[in-house]
Amino acid sequence: MEQPNQSYIKSLSGGNIEFEKKLISVIKTEFPIEKSIYLKNITAKKYKETAENVHKLKHKISILGLEKSYEIAVQYENDLRKNNTILKDDFETILQVITNYLITI
Amino acid sequence: MNCIIIDDETTARVIINQLCSQIESLNVLAEFSNAIQAIKYLNQNEIDLIFLDIHMPDFTGFDFIQTLKNPPKIILTTSDSKFAIEAFEYDCIVDYIIKPIALPRFQKALEKAENTLDIQTSDTSDKVETTSGNDLYINIDRRLIKIDIPSIYLIEAKGDYINVKTEDKNYTVHSTLKKIEDKLPDSIFLKIHRSYIINVKKIIDIEDNSVLIKKDVVPVSRSNRPELMKRLNLL
Repeated sequence: MEQPNQSYIKSLSGGNIEFEKKLISVIKTEFPIEKSIYLKNITAKKYKETAENVHKLKHKISILGLEKSYEIAVQYENDLRKNNTILKDDFETILQVITNYLITI
Repeated sequence: MNCIIIDDETTARVIINQLCSQIESLNVLAEFSNAIQAIKYLNQNEIDLIFLDIHMPDFTGFDFIQTLKNPPKIILTTSDSKFAIEAFEYDCIVDYIIKPIALPRFQKALEKAENTLDIQTSDTSDKVETTSGNDLYINIDRRLIKIDIPSIYLIEAKGDYINVKTEDKNYTVHSTLKKIEDKLPDSIFLKIHRSYIINVKKIIDIEDNSVLIKKDVVPVSRSNRPELMKRLNLL
């Protein structure tokens, strides 16, 4: 399983540590909220809303350098719009990997 | 270039702000987490460029663009490539960037925006109104048509054009409000909204947020209202 990294954040910051801290802090605040809304909607089988949640989450997946996971998220979002949840477990594993990583930074 | 950022995701706004901070010619005036707030802001402020997300709850980026009478240049920032074709149906959209946005791609989009603004400026200068005393000459179909300035009662921005309304006739000219504003005497004319200049001598009445001038009801921006009130000979 690929692991999150800060390559994109560092390329964006141009060495500005304050910015890096600020962005990480925002992600650490925003990600759990988006994840929790996603879990609520998928549990309620509200697939259209869930697809919107995945759409937002996939930006964070890409920011954390998870390229393969991003592709899974793109496919999952499209599938959800057709009420197909086949990638649910894969996507939720990605969310857990990010959750674990955010604790460490 | 003065710009604003509209995106419901805080992370995205922080990133775009950071990218903007690395471009000297860019000045971020405001950020909005929803498009409705931005519409209110644009009613009172003139800006050159908007960084706009498409996917937003309730009111999408495209819904937002359709509400704008005279939209500034827009760079769409999105995680989806599937709206690209739809995006370029709008003249105001100069580029479409997929998140996560890297600095080189961001710079390229800005070059496009700057080039578009430069073209607009030079284009309008070809068709610039020229004044001579009380007259204003407007260029329509390669003819310079003379207009008596005091007969103008309203000028309205419509996309890349302005509609000049006079006592006798209306003229649609490829120009900007700013360009014509510079040619008109301040003593008679006043910009009361980002899309309207009025001849204050022709006002019939004023309500809270609008002016009746001939048969036109014209909105007054909150920020322009104090200047309008100052101009009136109030009892």
